[in-house]
Amino acid sequence: MSNEMHTPLKRAKGWGSAKSGTHHFWVQRLSALALIPLSLWFCFGIASLPSLGYADFIAWMQTPYSAIMMIMTLIAVFYHYALGLQVIIEDYVSDHAIRTVAIVATYFFCIIVAITGIFSVLHIAFGA
Amino acid sequence: MAEFTLPANSQVMEGSTFDAPAGAKKVRTFRVYRYDPSTGNNPYLDTYHLDIDNCGPMVLDALIKIKNEVDPTLNFRRSCREGICGSCAMNIGGSNTLACTVGIDDFDGEIAIYPLPHQPVVRDLISDLTQFYAQYASVKPWLQTDTPAPTGRERLQSKEDRAKLDGLYECILCACCSTSCPSYWWNSDRYLGPAALLNSYRWIVDSRDESTGERLDDLEDPFKLYRCHTIMNCTTACPKGLNPAKAIAEIKKTMVMRQV
Repeated sequence: MSNEMHTPLKRAKGWGSAKSGTHHFWVQRLSALALIPLSLWFCFGIASLPSLGYADFIAWMQTPYSAIMMIMTLIAVFYHYALGLQVIIEDYVSDHAIRTVAIVATYFFCIIVAITGIFSVLHIAFGA
Repeated sequence: MAEFTLPANSQVMEGSTFDAPAGAKKVRTFRVYRYDPSTGNNPYLDTYHLDIDNCGPMVLDALIKIKNEVDPTLNFRRSCREGICGSCAMNIGGSNTLACTVGIDDFDGEIAIYPLPHQPVVRDLISDLTQFYAQYASVKPWLQTDTPAPTGRERLQSKEDRAKLDGLYECILCACCSTSCPSYWWNSDRYLGPAALLNSYRWIVDSRDESTGERLDDLEDPFKLYRCHTIMNCTTACPKGLNPAKAIAEIKKTMVMRQV
């Protein structure tokens, strides 16, 4: 798209509308909203543990309420993380190939870590 | 696009100094960016000491004084000298603004004058706004209707609907906002920038326009619209006191409203 023979309007119009963007914008805000109560719950939960030892943490995480909240937190955190990092990569990585690889790698990383986290919570909740 | 190494001819060198006439009582110093891409030489900063007692009050008056009386090789755009044409938009004292509506007394010490940031420089303070104008044209800034115009009278619009255009129609396309926007600096090949988006919104909210859906469709894009991260440099820079950031937020809100 750097052909100097292209007219300015041809360059300004570019590839036209990608017909997406609003969903990304909307779910980034919804996940941010969800993270307000979820991160508060997590911080207060950790702070109110009798001790930071293994046994106390497992006992807390084993309750259905904690396990469900923790899984929701993991989903919201890594979804929001991937959405946000995608925006940063789009802003600052100008090479199209590197940009695409970086965004795909971000999503793969977030999915792997989130699923690992969710599996760990289930493992604790259903008897470790 | 973000570039972390400086392109050729980025380093600004020291230029010449022009002293004020002997006996001048009130002298102000202007540091002005000079660049002629055709020479292959780096840009440089010339220093002009001006006798302000014999000069108009605005920064544009000082530039005109320099060109008329001190250094006729200085190049800049100007026309209306009253903030309505947008020609003399430049970076003065670190902010994008119009040279004709900002006073010399608004600044302390030396006044640095550069062209608008992150645009190709044609010469000195004249930046190449070809892409900026093309992006404006790409939002189709004119009334689009399928209904033929009524005969014998204008298209009607209520006072309330007309009021929605206030704060939008006043844009003079000086490019102060777009060239102050980091998102526009990094991605202006795909991001339309605050000026084009404000003008797009001016037609999206126009009650007489029948292409609202098509206009929103055209902006439904991660780059054209959603590079805006509400940094608000645009609103800070606008010499007409408009709020492009709010107009862009209204577009995003409308985008969500038509889905939810």
